[in-house]
Amino acid sequence: MLLIHCPYCEEDRPELEFRNAGEAHIARPENIAEISDEEFAQFFFIRSNPKGLIYERWRHIHGCARFFNAVRDSVSDKFLMTYKAGEKRPAVKAGEKA
Amino acid sequence: MTAAFRTTAAGRLKGAKPVSFSFDGASYQALEGDTLASALLANGVHLMGRSFKYHRPRGVLSAGAEEPNALVGIHRDAARKTPNVRATVQEVYDGLTAVSQNRWPSLAFDVGAVNDIASPMFSAGFYYKTFMWPKAAWKSIYEPTIRASAGLGVAPDRPDPDHYASRYAHCDVLVLGGGAAGLSAALAAAETGVRVIVADEQPAVGGALRFETGSAIDGAAGWDWAQATAARLAAMDNVRVLTRTTAFGYYAQNMVGLVERVSDHLADPGHDLPRERLWQVRAKRVILATGAIERHMVFDGNDKPGVMLASAARTYLNHFGVLVGKTIGVFTASDSAYAAAIDLKQAGAAIAAIVDLRDNPAGALIDRARALGIEILSGRTVVRASGNLRVASMTVRATSGGPERTIPVDALLMSAGWTPSVHLFSQSRGKVAFDTATRRFLPGDYAQDCVSVGACNGTDTLADTVKEAIAAGEKAAKAAGAGKAAALKLKAETSESWAGGMVGAAPGAGPDTSGKAFVDFQNDVTAKDIRLAVREGMRSIEHVKRFTTNGMATDQGKTSNIHGLAIAAEALGKEMPEVGLTTFRAPYTPVTFGALIGHAKGRLFDPTRRTAFHAQEEKLGAVFEDVGQWKRAWYYPRAGEDMHAAVNRECATVRKAAGIFDASTLGKIEVVGPDAAKFMELMYTNPWEKLEPGRCRYGIMLREDGFIYDDGVVGRLAADRFHVTTTTGGAARVMNHMEDYLQTEFPHLDVWLTSISEQWAVIAVQGPKSRDIIAPLVEGIDMSDAAMPHMSVREARICGAPTRLFRMSFTGERGFEINVPADYAAAVWDAVWAQGQKHGACAYGTEAMHVLRAEKGYIIVGQDTDGTVTPQDAGLDWAVGKKKTDFVGIRGLKRPDLVAKGRKQLVGLRTKDPKVVLEEGAQIVADPKQPIPMKMLGHVTSSYWSENCGRGIALGLVAGGFERMGQTLYVPMPDKVIEVEVVGQVFFDEKGERLHG
Repeated sequence: MLLIHCPYCEEDRPELEFRNAGEAHIARPENIAEISDEEFAQFFFIRSNPKGLIYERWRHIHGCARFFNAVRDSVSDKFLMTYKAGEKRPAVKAGEKA
Repeated sequence: MTAAFRTTAAGRLKGAKPVSFSFDGASYQALEGDTLASALLANGVHLMGRSFKYHRPRGVLSAGAEEPNALVGIHRDAARKTPNVRATVQEVYDGLTAVSQNRWPSLAFDVGAVNDIASPMFSAGFYYKTFMWPKAAWKSIYEPTIRASAGLGVAPDRPDPDHYASRYAHCDVLVLGGGAAGLSAALAAAETGVRVIVADEQPAVGGALRFETGSAIDGAAGWDWAQATAARLAAMDNVRVLTRTTAFGYYAQNMVGLVERVSDHLADPGHDLPRERLWQVRAKRVILATGAIERHMVFDGNDKPGVMLASAARTYLNHFGVLVGKTIGVFTASDSAYAAAIDLKQAGAAIAAIVDLRDNPAGALIDRARALGIEILSGRTVVRASGNLRVASMTVRATSGGPERTIPVDALLMSAGWTPSVHLFSQSRGKVAFDTATRRFLPGDYAQDCVSVGACNGTDTLADTVKEAIAAGEKAAKAAGAGKAAALKLKAETSESWAGGMVGAAPGAGPDTSGKAFVDFQNDVTAKDIRLAVREGMRSIEHVKRFTTNGMATDQGKTSNIHGLAIAAEALGKEMPEVGLTTFRAPYTPVTFGALIGHAKGRLFDPTRRTAFHAQEEKLGAVFEDVGQWKRAWYYPRAGEDMHAAVNRECATVRKAAGIFDASTLGKIEVVGPDAAKFMELMYTNPWEKLEPGRCRYGIMLREDGFIYDDGVVGRLAADRFHVTTTTGGAARVMNHMEDYLQTEFPHLDVWLTSISEQWAVIAVQGPKSRDIIAPLVEGIDMSDAAMPHMSVREARICGAPTRLFRMSFTGERGFEINVPADYAAAVWDAVWAQGQKHGACAYGTEAMHVLRAEKGYIIVGQDTDGTVTPQDAGLDWAVGKKKTDFVGIRGLKRPDLVAKGRKQLVGLRTKDPKVVLEEGAQIVADPKQPIPMKMLGHVTSSYWSENCGRGIALGLVAGGFERMGQTLYVPMPDKVIEVEVVGQVFFDEKGERLHG
């Protein structure tokens, strides 16, 4: 079971308290009604699914209930860092421990 | 009476209390502290089981957790019958009852042993080839027969009456293994003051010191030092010492699963103790001190009872005071077996000979053996062990071939060297590395904050082990935040040696030989089977493993993996690491389901949710159905009524007079704030800005892809306050969905979301008399049609309690839903019920609710929709705000596939024969005479007998359904084809006049 640092509670809490919510930094287009089929497909269906560093959303659902973002290594499952929703995507290199 | 093979020359059970136990009905004496294996051996019983496939007689191989052969059933009482217990692990208690397994009629005479003679039929992979034809016979004959004749013990047939405990624990340093390495590391860490847990699978710590008599630490004999150290650790406030505790799984971020066997060793455990306790330990640092497991020699007949690991025989002697034989042979490639021979010789056994594969074994141990007059046959191999139910002789020749010599023995000890126990390291996702010099796999790259010390790390001498362990303990403590402490120094001396060793088949069990040289005892895999797998084309060890089942038994190949790999590598002409090592997975040893489940069973498995009216409904005789975790009143049968009759009556009563229904399980969310209406506009397809306070609207929620996600009636209580209802099943996920958008996409909106599902209990009163029933109970509002029309909501009081009173309907009748705080629910129900009685109302359940809504064509999300249905498909296009510029799903709805012709659309289906009720899920076709597979047009989503319509009614999703009105379609069933007509969704009161009174 992973330990996850909630950036709102500022505590390491067990994975049981959290729920994964898919890839991060995919903003819903503000003019969504007008975008093309290709743009919609890109927004809604296409995910990067990388081997290695993955930026993803988590929710501290059985804690503060806030959504936040995390950088995780999809090979080792290790979290490199977590940060609040709305913060800029941090630059992290693989193997780096933030 | 002393058992025949108990010696006073050695052992630590002297003076222990005698206890008695039985094995296959015969009574025996044991000493407290014995394992079942040591107690049976003390009584001269070597035959303890029959092998899995060939039913060959088997005795003990080992004295520990790696045991593949001596598996027995322990029968404590009628319900407590534990199969496949390793006799080498089970401690004897007074009155213990053990039975052998996989034999009939008896252990000594087993009919199934014919498999051994017929073994050419049962070579590796036999079941893939032999039992192919006829196909039907596999299920009916072959599989049941094979399963009955091959196998392990019998599972208990009663519920497990024991209870199991579960704990979480946190520590700075977790030490796994309580041998010389583990204890040294634990002590070094503990002295710094950090929190330490040390766990060992044995009843007492000590590890290899249990059998090694030549070791001394800190001036004391190794075993004595271990016990004193454990006591010293246990007395420290910052240390927990767990014995009889197996670390079975190493999970992410240093989470380790331990199972503590609390009461399996007690004669009378009583009711207070759990049988086992699961520990889930999160450690800052883990020290792996898991030791090594001795390998057997691979030669013909190496599975005869009496043939065992040298360290096992030495354990039985030095710890339990049991001689495993009187005339003992030794077959080795490693120094450590010499120590066993020396100890046994000194305890009075005769050593027939030590057969050593090595040409020139040398060293202090060899010299001592020679000095004791033990014959050493170096450069020789054992080609065969013979005997029926017990080994009687070993046949020896030079490794290079030549004449054979047969030597009578009644026990044969073997040692091919030691395999480091890297199981937990591997489970931690560490990568093992092959050490070419010693031909063994050792911990390589670490994936977690852990370190291996001692034998599991390939550290062979005691002094190096203790030094390495102390350094690791201090380093781990420091990494976990310890301050400075005086460095621990322990002087370790030993006369033991673990030098030497070999892997693979012994000379004499090579490719040209025909004997049964076992690699994996538990799954009956021989060297020949592994070579066969290679001949049949298996190249990777993963394929060899699956083809032969080598290492796939419950012992997970603790003794067999490396031999199997070496034999496969030799057959392939490759180096061992090129062939690969299979991955070790949890659990290290079998774990009971009980331990994993803990208290989460029976009533505690999953919460049961009951509404505030549950007692009232029970009193009315409700039959309940499970809806998720909820218990919902399904129908209310009266005397003599079956479900059908009750539902018909309930449905008729609602339309004639009124019905009272518990709608509490619907999800309820309060959306509050200055931007509440804006948020609702985005979450639902409908327009909300212009909905007046006091009015309600049916809302549809989509996912971004345009498909229906949920629906429900929403009441606007005030300009900035909406009372949203969701489906019962959707309550939690709709809340998540809303929170997700509010927090991450629309955080600029000033809105709060609160789940109020459990705060408000809901009584639906539906039917022409509904207003007459509740009006006398409601205070402060005008309930006339003019003042409170269909789809309105009022805040008022009912029976003196606050209420949010909705005028809404899921039946097509004039209807109200009374929301009251759950604390007042029972009183309000009673008052409504009493009023209802005056007007001929009845209580109705979920089944009648379903029928009534289907008569009106009202959909149930998740039943009439399946995640691929748009509002248009469901005939709900009117609920999508055409002038809206944004809502979740607005773009998805425009996708080419969602606006294409021929989509499945929700229509009504009238059976030509009104008496016929379709089956939900049945497929619909245009032409029932077309060849199979037919082209499916869709399926029936809802179907009921409607007493109000006097016929069967159904809804279905049908391709191009809206354009098929009036068409005849067909529903093929196994026994007949049912004709249906496509009609509109509404079967009853098509104009909807009844809603308004």
